Amino acid sequence: MSLDYVKFSNGFEKFMPKEYRDMVEHGPFGKKVSVSQMGSFKEVLEEHPMCAGCAMTLFIRLAIIAFPNPEDTITVGTAGCGRLAISQAAIPFVYGNYGDQNGVASGLSRGLRLRFGDKPKDVVVMAGDGGTADIGFQQVLHSWFRRERFTTIMLDNEVYGNTGGQESGMTNRGAVLKMAPLGKKFEKMDMLQMAKVAGCAYVATVVPNNPRRVESVIKKAVLIAREVGSTYIQAYTSCNIEYAIPTDKVMEDAKTVENDRYQFTEYVSEEAKQYLTERYGYKEFLAKPAAPAAAIPGKA
Amino acid sequence: MSETEVKTNPQGDPITSVAAPSSAAKKDPHAEAKRQKVVTPEYLFHEAPRTKEFITGSEAAKEAVRRSNVDLAIAYPITPQSETMQLVGVLYGEGYVKEYYRGEEEVGVMAAIAGGSRSGVRCYTATAGPGTLRGLEGIASWPGHRLPVVAMFTCRVVNAPLAIQPDNIEVSYLLNCGMIVFHAENQQDMFDFTMAGFTISEKNDVTLPVGVCCDGFFVTHARGYVRMQDRGFKLPPREAWRGAVPVLDAENPPARLSRDAPVQKSNFMAYNIHAVWQQEVWAAVERSRKYIERYMGGLLTAENVDDAEVIIIASGSAAAQSREAVRLCKEKGMKVGLIKVRSLRPFPTKELRELCAKAKLIVVPEFNYVGWLAKEVATAIYGFSKAKIIGGPRVYGGQSMPVELIVDEVESGVSGKKSTNVAMSQIMGGAVNPEEVEQFMRSI
Repeated sequence: MSLDYVKFSNGFEKFMPKEYRDMVEHGPFGKKVSVSQMGSFKEVLEEHPMCAGCAMTLFIRLAIIAFPNPEDTITVGTAGCGRLAISQAAIPFVYGNYGDQNGVASGLSRGLRLRFGDKPKDVVVMAGDGGTADIGFQQVLHSWFRRERFTTIMLDNEVYGNTGGQESGMTNRGAVLKMAPLGKKFEKMDMLQMAKVAGCAYVATVVPNNPRRVESVIKKAVLIAREVGSTYIQAYTSCNIEYAIPTDKVMEDAKTVENDRYQFTEYVSEEAKQYLTERYGYKEFLAKPAAPAAAIPGKA
Repeated sequence: MSETEVKTNPQGDPITSVAAPSSAAKKDPHAEAKRQKVVTPEYLFHEAPRTKEFITGSEAAKEAVRRSNVDLAIAYPITPQSETMQLVGVLYGEGYVKEYYRGEEEVGVMAAIAGGSRSGVRCYTATAGPGTLRGLEGIASWPGHRLPVVAMFTCRVVNAPLAIQPDNIEVSYLLNCGMIVFHAENQQDMFDFTMAGFTISEKNDVTLPVGVCCDGFFVTHARGYVRMQDRGFKLPPREAWRGAVPVLDAENPPARLSRDAPVQKSNFMAYNIHAVWQQEVWAAVERSRKYIERYMGGLLTAENVDDAEVIIIASGSAAAQSREAVRLCKEKGMKVGLIKVRSLRPFPTKELRELCAKAKLIVVPEFNYVGWLAKEVATAIYGFSKAKIIGGPRVYGGQSMPVELIVDEVESGVSGKKSTNVAMSQIMGGAVNPEEVEQFMRSI
């Protein structure tokens, strides 16, 4: 554990800002917290400059709560709305160059393994759909092919939100956006299938209106990435500005999209199932009790 | 049966691949690496006994990496490539380098090197020509992120049309990144500058990447004598806590460069924060001078310049050609000195002002079209020397530089005869007409 840096130096307690004291006294570091306890502890990410009603921010908050060891987690991102929030969190965040997050995470996670061995130092990439599927595509795919052991999370709002609403590879066909004045002419990229083809050990889709599920997939993805291989989570995190979703309808929209193109899917490789079961006591992958021995045709 | 030939370098290492493990000997392939002993940079650079070997520049870089306690090396076989990074792969096989992989291309490699440096480990990579420019977005961001790294640039042509020949125009792009840039003349420099580079780049008051440039082919592929310390010695490991900016290992309080996205807000504080950060990067470049003096013996070397009326100033392979030109000039009875610039960033401004104070003619031969060194020299000594500066001769696109070209410039410069190889616009300083001065100022 590396909790020393979130403690006060002796004699400095009373001089520290309240935000900092709250983080030390009521923060999640070194404790087990859950999304169901939100409001009863100080979150790693609270203040942020995001738009009112931003689903992405809710998702990022939930994801950070779900990190199994937030005090030993380093986040990596790239240009986009997401990094405006992630950079406000009380854990390290690397903001490098455009679309280089999976390259940076490759070097970072390998270097941390050299220095800390088996001691968990979780690297989590959180980048937008443009950063992941467009400008960062090559480094994303290659990090998966190399089985780099970190988690990649796509914050998919199906648009370049931060630059003002341009088409991305993850935009749906037909959507009229900036740089797609006649509507997008090709399909939303199937990054989930690509993640599987490239050899990710865990691939899941999730929407932020189900906090417990967000928590569950993030935990699994981060744990599997410690030893088994790359993991990928694709989260629908709508842009209520560019898609003109009324602020009070953001969760309703998430539900609609979930039913349309973001049904919950989860792929777990056999190795990852075994790892979660044996190492972390997961029960969901245990073989179901054998069906009662029904009459087998041809046997007396 | 015919004998099978195994290509090896003088150390007996296979040149392009890890030797297939023989089934007979089951000894630990890392045994020799594990026996390496850490010694101080001072001992390694100045005191450790050395033996001479006849090796290529790529092999010299490999031998430097072997003794530099490198943690992470990332390779990409860009065309044109030197053998360096595959030789570093051999070191990985032998356990001298702890982690190594072939990246997807230069953008990804430079990103991963940045990630590795942020994790607190010692990182190394090498590229050339088009690879340098492809990775330049990443490379140019290393100084701003204050990442200690050593990268080797084995300079090659970058312009269209496609070519793979030596030409060091890419150095002109590297000079303005905020990184420390050395220019190696030969295999020995490759060896020494690389090891010194790791030591200097990780100094707390520096905390910057170091680029070690050399002229491709001439240095990387050709052999030369290199005096090397015993391979049983290595530099102390990187101490992650020592940097000017904390590494991101969740052991230190994080440096949050983007905490409030300061550089992206349009207000005075935002501009000021970025401005101050840039000033600090370049101040760190300045602070590296004392370490370059301590570990490399100075930013430049001067040969026979004391009473010379003519001084040739060169870096890289041009320095080797210039040394021969100096010899030819001596035979012709001319007193010509040579200044070899080893560190381009920081640039030896003060040293040049002193050394060139009395010179009447300065000739700056270069292996590129744009003449970046001539501009650096002219800017540095402007007002401190009355010498006429001939920005040439220049060869590019893979041409070699006959020493006679340099001798011609010395002779025409001295006699006042018009040069046939150097454009009027590249003749600067001295007793020139106002038109030439105007051209000079435009060309800076």
